[in-house]
Amino acid sequence: MTSKFRTKKVEVSYGDKKAIRDISLDIEKNIITALIGPSGCGKSTFLRCLNRMNDVIENCSIKGSIHLDEQDIYGPDIDPVELRARVGMVFQKANPFPKSIFDNIAYGPRIHGLASNDSELKDIVHNSLEKAGLMDEVKDRLNDQATGLSGGQQQRICIARAIAVSPEVILMDEPCSALDPIATAKIEELMNELCESYTIIIVTHSMQQAARVSKKTAFFHLGDLIEYNDTDKIFTQPENQKTQDYITGRFG
Amino acid sequence: MIRKSIQSRRARETRLKIYGITSICFALIMLATLLISIGLNGYSALQQAYFKLDISVNTEKFVDDSGAPDNNKMNLFNWDGLVQSALREFFPEVKDRDEKKELFAIISANAGYDLKEIIKKKALGSGSHTLSVWLHLSDDADQYLKGRLSIDIPEKDRRINNKQIAWVNSLVERDIAKLKFNKTFFTSADSREPESAGILGSVIGSALTLFVTIMFALPLAVMAAIYLEYFAKPGKITDFIEVNVNNLAAVPSIVFGLLGLSVFLSTFGLPRSAPLVGGLVLGLMTLPTIIIASRASIRSIPPSIREAALGLGASKMQAALHHVLPLATPGILTGTIIGMAQALGETAPLLMIGMVAFIIDIPTTFTSSATAMPVQIYMWSDSAERAFYERSSLAILFLVAFLISMNLLAVVLRKKFEKKW
Repeated sequence: MTSKFRTKKVEVSYGDKKAIRDISLDIEKNIITALIGPSGCGKSTFLRCLNRMNDVIENCSIKGSIHLDEQDIYGPDIDPVELRARVGMVFQKANPFPKSIFDNIAYGPRIHGLASNDSELKDIVHNSLEKAGLMDEVKDRLNDQATGLSGGQQQRICIARAIAVSPEVILMDEPCSALDPIATAKIEELMNELCESYTIIIVTHSMQQAARVSKKTAFFHLGDLIEYNDTDKIFTQPENQKTQDYITGRFG
Repeated sequence: MIRKSIQSRRARETRLKIYGITSICFALIMLATLLISIGLNGYSALQQAYFKLDISVNTEKFVDDSGAPDNNKMNLFNWDGLVQSALREFFPEVKDRDEKKELFAIISANAGYDLKEIIKKKALGSGSHTLSVWLHLSDDADQYLKGRLSIDIPEKDRRINNKQIAWVNSLVERDIAKLKFNKTFFTSADSREPESAGILGSVIGSALTLFVTIMFALPLAVMAAIYLEYFAKPGKITDFIEVNVNNLAAVPSIVFGLLGLSVFLSTFGLPRSAPLVGGLVLGLMTLPTIIIASRASIRSIPPSIREAALGLGASKMQAALHHVLPLATPGILTGTIIGMAQALGETAPLLMIGMVAFIIDIPTTFTSSATAMPVQIYMWSDSAERAFYERSSLAILFLVAFLISMNLLAVVLRKKFEKKW
């Protein structure tokens, strides 16, 4: 297995407050990695370091190193705009643009100039919707407002929108926390299909979800990485007492 | 216990409701009183006293040797004499010099000039023509016919004497003089004679000024708002800028006039009384208002939209221009129109840069001398003639109508651009 991300001693602080410290972990290519842990443990912060979304937040400082394919993403020659085209993101709350479904998916390819003409753009949009398993549901209303769809559909629009830029990695920050079990199942199924061609990192509060979809799991607690191992191992024979306590529901 | 407290809470609620309704009623009554009193003063300016003259002119007098119309000859012709002799035909008994003077005082001092303009406009063919034209009576005769001049006071204190009243009445009896719709008020610029004065000059002056204001202030303010919201690094300098933007919104408008006087007129040497300078000064004045409204509007857009764009690899500027700005447009527009309405009603800064001048031409360019509606009202209300009083009231009504329609426009635009989530 090859590593997609290699992080060493990553430390993030908001002002004086340290959110995560000393996180070193390697994320493997083309599998789903789950980050779990109680609220405020720093898993979302860590996720947002991977495509430099933390740059947007005021007084947030990052130490340590993060390498994507052996390239330091905080290096001077890396443009965060280019990085975010390679590392896509799906947020906790579905946030489609208040535009048509087509324009939502087409926005990324448009700004990056991925399509040279209208028919290419159309192909990209159709392919992305197809991959996100949405095509059958929305094919007759590509010009309708994306905000008029159901919550689960909106979240899949966001996934399709991320895919349309053909990223290498997709980061998902609790993508199912606002969805019902049926919509959640659809998204999990989708993730399983997508991980053949993309590296997926998902932050989740649901341990069942982590157990269902991920191959590897990292357990965070109070800003520290407690344990990182194969998902099977973490959920059956955790090495650390805290992990044991968390997955058995004693705290969190 | 609880029932008792509910009763007292209900009573308190009812009382608050009554206070609220009372204050709204009070405000509405004050507004209605204001508008009605201005309306009662101003409605009579919609009419003006005219008199009909049958005049014969020979256009061959106004051509040069080759037969082409010659404006110079036309200007030199004694039009006043023509009007006066036509008027004297109605009153052959008037012979004495002083009496003649009094007679000519009941018609507008501009009657000859107006007649020339009418003839010019008609472009008559060569030869002799007889035509009947309606010309203005003087403002005093006009006010007398409208019943605005009291005739109970002694003759020597009146602006119109008994003889003149008799002449005016005899013209009215012969159906030669009457009140007609005051077209002049809507088609001409300022004049020394109330009967020839109109608001068109100042309306166009205001329009040109506001155009410069919006072109100058809106882009600057939106850019400043985006910068302050998304690009400025938080720190002492940003705080300082923020405090000062808020301070600027509270600076008295006359100060902006002084600034315009010293910067635009003295340093840059821009022309005095020009809509260009007026627009720049008012633009500076409305800038903070629009910045504050735009920032509030940008801040009200959920950050998730911006994150979505950034997460796709949009640059900060693209996220702001493609997604945040379109959503913030209704709020920005509302702020802009409120700022524009404020600028439209502003007088003080315009006084400082010379837009208070008496200008009889309708402005055509951004650098021609002009005045603005509120300044025109200010100048008319300062004049001694009674007839200017009703005209300034009517002009106020027009200004208020403009302001109301601008605010309505703000509401309509907001409704139209507002997106549903």
